[in-house]
Amino acid sequence: MRQLRFATIGSVDDGKSTLIGRLLYDSKSIFEDQLEHVEAVSKRRGDEYVDLSLLTDGLRAEREQGITIDVAHRYFATPARSFVIMDCPGHVQYTRNMVTGASTADLAIILIDARHGVVEQTRRHSILTSLLGVPHLVVCVNKMDLVDYSEARFKEIREDFENFAARLNLHDVTFLPISALKGDNVVDRTPDLGWFEGPTLLHHLENVYTASDDNRIDVRFPVQYVIRPRTTEYHDYRGYAGTVAGGVLRVGDEIVVLPSGLSSTITGIDSADGPLTEAVPGAAVTILLADDLSVTRGDMICRPHNRPRVVQDHEAMLCWLDSNAQLQTNKLYTLKHTTRSARAKVSEVRYVLDISELHRKEPTGPLAMNDIARVVIHTAEPLLRDDYEHNRVTGSFILVDESTGATAAAGMLLPPRE
Amino acid sequence: MRPGITGLEDEAITIIREVAACFERPVILFSGGKDSVVMLHVAVRAFAPAKLPFAIMHVDTGHNFPEVIEFRDRCLAGFGLDLTVASVQAAIDAGKVADAPSRNPLQTVALLDAIAENKFDAVLGGGRRDEERARAKERVFSHRDTFGQWDPKNQRPELWNIYNTSLRPGEHFRVFPISNWTELDVWSYIQEHDIELPSLYFAHRRPVFRRGGMLMAETEFLHAEAGEEVFEEQVRFRTVGDATCTAAVESSAVSIADVVAETSIARVTERGATRADDKISEAGMEDRKRQGYF
Repeated sequence: MRQLRFATIGSVDDGKSTLIGRLLYDSKSIFEDQLEHVEAVSKRRGDEYVDLSLLTDGLRAEREQGITIDVAHRYFATPARSFVIMDCPGHVQYTRNMVTGASTADLAIILIDARHGVVEQTRRHSILTSLLGVPHLVVCVNKMDLVDYSEARFKEIREDFENFAARLNLHDVTFLPISALKGDNVVDRTPDLGWFEGPTLLHHLENVYTASDDNRIDVRFPVQYVIRPRTTEYHDYRGYAGTVAGGVLRVGDEIVVLPSGLSSTITGIDSADGPLTEAVPGAAVTILLADDLSVTRGDMICRPHNRPRVVQDHEAMLCWLDSNAQLQTNKLYTLKHTTRSARAKVSEVRYVLDISELHRKEPTGPLAMNDIARVVIHTAEPLLRDDYEHNRVTGSFILVDESTGATAAAGMLLPPRE
Repeated sequence: MRPGITGLEDEAITIIREVAACFERPVILFSGGKDSVVMLHVAVRAFAPAKLPFAIMHVDTGHNFPEVIEFRDRCLAGFGLDLTVASVQAAIDAGKVADAPSRNPLQTVALLDAIAENKFDAVLGGGRRDEERARAKERVFSHRDTFGQWDPKNQRPELWNIYNTSLRPGEHFRVFPISNWTELDVWSYIQEHDIELPSLYFAHRRPVFRRGGMLMAETEFLHAEAGEEVFEEQVRFRTVGDATCTAAVESSAVSIADVVAETSIARVTERGATRADDKISEAGMEDRKRQGYF
């Protein structure tokens, strides 16, 4: 089974830390020294209960202020699967952390308080999950104990969510009633939720099928590094190292190298474990070609009749990340896309997205941290790019502020405007 | 992502190759400890059949277990790699730092000096996020200012698998290719590839004494004080660092398979069980990292 990387999105009020604590505790993944430590700190601070958020809040400032500042990573495993939890703070001002956590997530968990139902925060988190193309979503209707474990209430919330989410790009949504505090339906089934016929949260996480999330159709191999041993034994060895971004490459395949457009045939696929006959998405391999072409970092190997778009003008959704500087249109940024870097300008902000309602707003000023906007970007060199909805690797990029080195923004490429 | 440990190795190789492509003078930190041994194996495999394009450096506190130093040299000789040693003893002799009972925090000075002297711009370490709560917050490509300091509240967001490697003069990066591996993943990899480790990682009998609830080894660098009784016990080390602050655990695991079995049912984290220096304060690691520690 593949490791599952999932983002938990929400704030303390939703019971998110309690849920993580419950998952770890009930799956016996909390170590004794960690629990002792959390208990000791909670006691010293005079908390009324053991604050499980201390398990993930690792920085001094977070512990002192009782807030989560940054994405925290927690690791646990059951006999069925290994997991990485990317715990993202959920308040409005932390959109950038949610975007960061969601960018690498296979699955997102959004919590709804059963008493309050779908609220603004639920919509915001769902819109971000959809925007970042997280393949699987689990909506946990939490605190079921506070609504008498009412099946009717659960169904009402599910219907509300479905009505709102119909406008979003969410493919696989699972609804689960739980009580993180009482432990209902997180790891174990309990009689109080006897009416619910679906899986427990852990069971769902262990079994969600992610192998089909990769794009295995469109062959994309960004060349990362050229391996030339320069030894007598491997005198003529010239391998193109990289990580498969899409499709399946096979020995014998005819390929074309972009942007040069020169063609050749794959004669070998080397890996850390020796030669392979095929390379699947995510595999770090070295491709050998029949012809001695000039191929360098930033080039892309693909199939002759299935190429990415090679263009310099791009439509994109941009999430501004930099807390110290706002977007300056017509300023030069460095755009990093796959293994390629190009200088880039944001020439136009088409609209700003109101992520609470999915409304489009006229920009009222320069983009600042946590703003999400549709923009037009021009790059000094062509990118070898796909739409983000078809490939999260070849459809994503970051902008780097050349004066500070900061990661200024994250972008998702959209289809060209008709 | 491919399943299991293969997927984690793919990720590590991608990170290591990105370092080779984006930096002028990268260096791998190598102590002979299991995490650095695994990182080195992955790195060598990432560039085969070409030679590893990185320098290798050990920050030597001068208080290391002799078995580990012997292993370190033999392991590198096996790969045909040269070693640079950044010596804490030399920093003490030069009057840059005052000697202390535990030399672990003093490593920062020797490390930063060596980085400046050799103009290293990327320093690869075997740190893992599951080890410690400050590390759980650190980026894979962790930016350091001209003083080598980590600023946890001002880290560059890291999205997808796109790494911002932008650097200004005098700054450098710490890079952690096995960030997402757990202790059990490391041992599974060691088992799968039958990787040799220092003998300290396996059960053996040695004189030990109890201090602060931990089993410390009686060595030339650390002696039992009055009231601490030295006795012989069958132990192994879950982490291997400076002999003055690395504790042993009671164990009968004599093979890699035994250790994998023991690790999969462990109820205490490896640092919780064995690192005296992390117990000093809740933010011991964060404070050391801010000053430039690994």
